[in-house]
Amino acid sequence: MTANTRKISFEGLRELLGGYFFILPAVLIFSVFYIYPFVQTFILSLREWNGISLNSQFIGFDNFQEILQDGVWWLSMWHAAYITLIALTFQNALAFALALSCDRDIRLRKFYRVVFYLPPVLSEVVVGLIWQWILYAGMQNGEHVGLLNYFLTKIHMNHLVHAWLSDPKTALTCIAIVHSWKGFGWGFIILLAGLQTIDRQLYEAARVDGAGSFSIFKNVTIPMMIPVFVMVMILTILGSMQVFVLVLSMVGQGLVYHTEVPVTRILASMTGTSRFGYACALGIVFGLILMVFSFTLNKISRKFKQE
Amino acid sequence: MKKMFFVVLSFLFFALGCSSAKQSNTVTVWHWMTDRQDAFVKLAQQYKKQTGIDVVFELYAPSDIYSRKIIAAAQARVLPEIFGVLGEKKKLVSFIESGFIADLTQEFQKDDAAWEKSLFEKALDVNRFEVDNIYKIKPGLYGVPIDVTNIQMLYNQDLLAKAGIKVFPTTFDEFLNAIAALNRVGISGFVSGWGEIWMIDCFASNYAFNVMGEDKVMATYRGEVPYTDEDWIKVFNVFKTLRDKKVLIEGIVTKGNKYAEQDFALERAAFAFNGSWCVNVYDKMNSALRYGVMLPPRINPERPMLIWGGAGSSFVVNDISRNKKLAVDFLKWLTAKEQQVFLAQETKNLPANKEALPLIPKVLADFASAMDLTTHPSIWKYNEDPLVVEAFDKGIQAILIGEAEPAKIAAEVQKVKQQEMERQKKR
Repeated sequence: MTANTRKISFEGLRELLGGYFFILPAVLIFSVFYIYPFVQTFILSLREWNGISLNSQFIGFDNFQEILQDGVWWLSMWHAAYITLIALTFQNALAFALALSCDRDIRLRKFYRVVFYLPPVLSEVVVGLIWQWILYAGMQNGEHVGLLNYFLTKIHMNHLVHAWLSDPKTALTCIAIVHSWKGFGWGFIILLAGLQTIDRQLYEAARVDGAGSFSIFKNVTIPMMIPVFVMVMILTILGSMQVFVLVLSMVGQGLVYHTEVPVTRILASMTGTSRFGYACALGIVFGLILMVFSFTLNKISRKFKQE
Repeated sequence: MKKMFFVVLSFLFFALGCSSAKQSNTVTVWHWMTDRQDAFVKLAQQYKKQTGIDVVFELYAPSDIYSRKIIAAAQARVLPEIFGVLGEKKKLVSFIESGFIADLTQEFQKDDAAWEKSLFEKALDVNRFEVDNIYKIKPGLYGVPIDVTNIQMLYNQDLLAKAGIKVFPTTFDEFLNAIAALNRVGISGFVSGWGEIWMIDCFASNYAFNVMGEDKVMATYRGEVPYTDEDWIKVFNVFKTLRDKKVLIEGIVTKGNKYAEQDFALERAAFAFNGSWCVNVYDKMNSALRYGVMLPPRINPERPMLIWGGAGSSFVVNDISRNKKLAVDFLKWLTAKEQQVFLAQETKNLPANKEALPLIPKVLADFASAMDLTTHPSIWKYNEDPLVVEAFDKGIQAILIGEAEPAKIAAEVQKVKQQEMERQKKR
């Protein structure tokens, strides 16, 4: 009896340890690459540190208090929100329109798919530099060097010629449009995949019932696509709020604070003013804001699904 | 038997993995100088032939990426034998305090200070810490300049001639007249990479030294003179004048220096504000470009126009590296006359070794002639708080785009200065 119990408990223990043993690599990787950096970032956010020195000073929640009063930080959040808003509307509307077109039996359908997916594949730095040249404002021998201004003068719309990236009224919008141009391909692919999962029989049934094209679109396509829309929205929000490479490659260190976005602000705090602790605090606040956005959208999505 | 074999093999792998690496004869150098990489590699090959020591130059560019890399490497304690620290002196101080940079004073003073004497003093000053320095760093020399540089203005001889200007301007009024003449014939006046805000800071500090002198500038940094002082308003007004008189090329506030260099090299602007490294850049972009070097035109004739300059690029030796001695020997070789002449001819940078000067091209010699007028934040006794510098530079951008006037910016910068002084006092 005793031997039997011992045997069971040994096997049970072995099974238990075996289970832990199998999840150990995942736990280790998750701890080292996710939990440790996060904890370390939080610890640093409570300190004043220049990023190099071995000494840092504990300052409690001072960095977080300072964030509340940091007008430039909240301005950068607003700029990111503006870029996101343009991406959510202009970028996703374009992506959906193109996805709808490519979902039909049109000629060169595959070619269009490749072409529309090209911008997201390009490096953000390359895209930024190309658009910087397109939007360039200088002249040589009486002719505009930038493609857009050159084109505008050629079609006699000289009143629209502009220093696009160094005017506070247009700089951020230009960045937002370029960001949308670069990003619409992602939305296009996801939305096209979503459209193709809709059962064709639903369309046929609707047509048999006498529904017109708009009615089918409104009552079949849109409701079936809602989960995909929500996913594209979440990805758009996360991607657009974190935009920064494009900003750096298009306007360098910025046009006063008119093109400042959260990540450039975090970078400026780290490398510009050497305030790593403050930069970590900004990173945590920014991460929390994005998490709240994602959770909220996820909840909304679930609610729609249930309905 | 099979099991035994695997156990022994595993043990061997483990033991080899844990044993300390044998000290290799390789010196690794991290740098950011894209224009010098080829020349460095050639020199490394030559050094290998002469000494049998491998030197590996690893390029990380652009400079802001490089700066982030060395900070990350310092945090992980994986810096190479030789590297450079970019930015203000406080950054160099942080690396020294953390024990990452070797004090090279003894090496410089060997053989009756032969190494030290061969190099430009102004270039050495950038890495020198005097007795009682404000950073409380042990006095000594902590870096090796491999070239010198200064930042001045350049003028395009052909474009000036097109506008009927025979002599380049030396005063600010003459400069404005020249710009008006250029604008009349449809030529843009002035270009610079002011999208990189340190260049705005550099230009502004030239005028601050010219308007009020070094003592008053330092007094401002110490918090004894406010930015609302009339002399600082004059400095801000320089930018307002540049804006109002249409001196600047379109889009200057967001223009990176590479684009500004392209504009000047392709004759889209008659004047530029750039460092001596531009000689190499312009040569590659437009070898037919005819241009000259001039100091920024003075506002105040009573004081000299001091310009930023000194050590162009410096290397430091990693104090915790096992190949420290090899690294120092290589730097001595790199800064010797022959190698410096080679570097100057190949890369068109001003050599750090004085003995190499007679053999350099004329434009570089013109740049070199102003070395006595150079100054640099790295050798100033006091440096402004980075947050104030940011407010100052962004404020100037605001003036340039017509969004604010000098008095308003001065008040805003002073507000940031006071906030920072209070914050420092609290801690």
